[in-house]
Amino acid sequence: MQKHKKRRISFTDVFMWIIGGSLILIITIGSILTLREGKFSSAQWFDLTVTGISQGSIYALIALGYTLVYGILRMINFAHSEVFMGGAFIGYFVANGLNKADFFDTNPYLGIILIFIVAMSSSVGIAILLERIAYRPLRGAPRLVPLIAAIGASFFLQYTFKGLFGSQSRAYPEIDVLEGTVSIFGIFTIQKIQIIVVLAAAAMMLFLYLFVQKTKTGKAMRAVSEDKAVAALMGIDVDKIIVRTFVLGAAMAGAAGVLYCFMFRIVTFYMGFVPGIKAFTAAVLGGIGNIPGAMLGGLFLGIFESIGPTLFLTGYGIPAPYQLKDVIAFSMLVLVLIFRPTGILGERLGRAKA
Amino acid sequence: MKIETSSGYLKAAQLGLIAGIVAMLICLVGMVQEFNEKDIIAGVITLGQTVIVVVFLMAGYSASGKLTQSRLGQTLAGALAGFLTAGVLAVMVIVIDLYPDIRDIFLNASPQLVEILTLGKGLNPGLFYLIGIGALVGAFGGFLHSLPGLVRRAVTMGIVWVVLLGLLEPLLQGMLNGFPSVQEALTWMFGKGMEEGLSVTGAVLVFMIVTGSTYLWGSRGKAVNARVQNLPKNQRKTLRWVSLAMLAVLLIYLPVVVGLYFSEVINQVGLFIMMALGLNIVVGFAGLLDLGYVAFYAIGAYTIAVLTNTSGELAWNFQWTFWQALPVALFVATMAGIMLGIPVLGIRGDYLAIVTLGFGEIIRILVLSDWLKPYLGGSQGITRIPPIAISIGPWEAVLNTPQTLYYFILVGILALFFIATRLRDSRLGRSWKALREDEDVAEAMGINLVVTKLLAFATGAAFAGMAGAVLAPKLGTIYPHSFALLISINVLAVIIIGGMGSIPGVFIGSLLLVGLPELLREFAEYRLWIYGALLVVMMQTRPEGFLPEATRKRELHEENLMEAVE
Repeated sequence: MQKHKKRRISFTDVFMWIIGGSLILIITIGSILTLREGKFSSAQWFDLTVTGISQGSIYALIALGYTLVYGILRMINFAHSEVFMGGAFIGYFVANGLNKADFFDTNPYLGIILIFIVAMSSSVGIAILLERIAYRPLRGAPRLVPLIAAIGASFFLQYTFKGLFGSQSRAYPEIDVLEGTVSIFGIFTIQKIQIIVVLAAAAMMLFLYLFVQKTKTGKAMRAVSEDKAVAALMGIDVDKIIVRTFVLGAAMAGAAGVLYCFMFRIVTFYMGFVPGIKAFTAAVLGGIGNIPGAMLGGLFLGIFESIGPTLFLTGYGIPAPYQLKDVIAFSMLVLVLIFRPTGILGERLGRAKA
Repeated sequence: MKIETSSGYLKAAQLGLIAGIVAMLICLVGMVQEFNEKDIIAGVITLGQTVIVVVFLMAGYSASGKLTQSRLGQTLAGALAGFLTAGVLAVMVIVIDLYPDIRDIFLNASPQLVEILTLGKGLNPGLFYLIGIGALVGAFGGFLHSLPGLVRRAVTMGIVWVVLLGLLEPLLQGMLNGFPSVQEALTWMFGKGMEEGLSVTGAVLVFMIVTGSTYLWGSRGKAVNARVQNLPKNQRKTLRWVSLAMLAVLLIYLPVVVGLYFSEVINQVGLFIMMALGLNIVVGFAGLLDLGYVAFYAIGAYTIAVLTNTSGELAWNFQWTFWQALPVALFVATMAGIMLGIPVLGIRGDYLAIVTLGFGEIIRILVLSDWLKPYLGGSQGITRIPPIAISIGPWEAVLNTPQTLYYFILVGILALFFIATRLRDSRLGRSWKALREDEDVAEAMGINLVVTKLLAFATGAAFAGMAGAVLAPKLGTIYPHSFALLISINVLAVIIIGGMGSIPGVFIGSLLLVGLPELLREFAEYRLWIYGALLVVMMQTRPEGFLPEATRKRELHEENLMEAVE
């Protein structure tokens, strides 16, 4: 059936190619126009790229949670963005408390590690509860049912945090060791925090990759994601593996939450929404269910989103192009779905549909 | 499921603790304090206290369900659960009292909360009162569970009505201001003077009347129904027409009777009914989860706004009438639906959710952006949209009050209702349902997936466009902020609570989820919190919704059917 579909060129295919083609045309012409204008120096481009990479690594960390859960349950964990928010929020209280006690002046690194531990474990706690209360009873239900439950859970969590901790946004305390810039060759300057974010994200992703590839649990996770029934026959406790998957994803999200706060210095109850949906885009971009794909997708999206508005749109003389940042990110999602619905690296989607 | 006595009590204790955590959460998100401003029964119980009492009641009720024991056993299990629930709250109160600094983190862990929970009597006797009430109410819940179904339902209805009337009292009073004689006759219920909520006698009487009549209807209702069924055909027909005519008269006189504020709320509900009827086609019939539905609402509203506004601030200046602009708005919305539909044709259901979500955001961001500001007004929105004017021959009307606009919305809803029902029963409707059940099988059966899906998107978008088209002249000014994602979620919640694919469900869902929170301003803050919880609970207990469509119900309970067969 798949082959047959590919051979026949229908009206919709043509239409989709027209949409995609014109989008690419707009992007190319815009870029050429912008570059010919030459308004921006190479230092500015470099700045944008670095911002993009650091932003992208945060997306990638969150995207891992989506991808892991999707790989195993074939379900979009819509509430994952709230897992991220929860970690960041509770991390904030630790940071604030430590800051008040002047802990960062004496033991800055210990303090940061403490923030990470608390944030990651609160994210994990939220995710375990989420899985246990909202998702587990729905296993095997028609596919819309868990998705709607996830949407409900997402809003419930978001407004629980709003109710518990208030709706105003809170400023994250400054931590001195994370401040400052580093200069490279005397031309480019990078903020220290951006380097830290990228390195931390890379280390965590490496850990996750090794975990999934090398450990027994990782092997079991891969087995469950291939075929739950057979995995169960092989003596794997499927429920346990699913919980562990949620735990892994949540830990990454919690860490991403802390890094996000370090970078943007603000905590609100709705802070999860936009990064969450971007991270999902990143996961789809890289091929959902595929771990390296999520990392790649995250970085790609981050860079695209950071450079994109300036590069593609200033050439047309559009005012305030950064406002359209999200439009670019979402258009990219649509483009990927048109031209390569399986994502950059993924192949699971095609198989899952049949 | 039969459970041994001892483990039954253990389960009851477990449930009590869980309920305690739920109650604690309700306290800490601030609901109890916020609701405490409002009396249900004047001077006796406030809404905030009612919420806690209801948790006790539910804890007791569900705890006793774990036992297949005697009435006494169930009552005891209920008491145990209620006791533990209250116990958890008591621990929370003590903690708040010991560490007042906790307020820096938990905003609502305030002395005021402590005062409410201890009934203002201080920790020493107050906590014992709290625990005592918890155990008593829990016991009552358990006792209620052990009663025969009919009585149980009657008592539950009685309680629900007392709470409901107590909640709506100020609004009902306002409505009755126009009818002094009726107001006079009802003083026993609402009490005299300014105090909120029911009077004590009122509450008791309402409870007795509702409980009695529910009981009577429960025991005799079947007989009455059977009598109606046994009437000769032509008489049954007349009966139906008479009830329809009564409904029509009621609908026509509604805005006149209920006054300005109620009419406004009804209009709001009406707009949501329109949107929900459309989303019901997309999600309920065709099974395509669309989270960016608000985009079409926005497109409808903005098209009307751009074409009819008289502000002269935008780069284009059409100044059409509403009737000229309406077809354009519907057309644009429909086209947008198709445009969104095409790229996502080949995508699985859950991807669709995200892509549509992205689409909704794109529309909102574009409208907000400085780039399109000369055309769409940016964040300041579009002002001076004239109200709808109707002129048929010499007769003219400008629909600039909620009461007059009501009729327009009513006609719109009736039209959309008619279209939706006819579509449901048509060949297309059956194709949509087939698509929902299984795409591959549907295709094998000769259904053109592309056309069917696109038609679903287009119809849904047109319905939302219609709602948006009414919204623009209703408000007179529209801002991008009126089209947040939350509206999509709201509409989704409406059709899911009402029952996916069920048209009557749309009406019930809108009344419950839009009408009630509009009327009860106290709920506004917690609206989405409650929706979220409702969606999760609903998916686990009744995924087919309150008024399910027959096929949908069968589909969702397939396993039970299989089990029954085995």
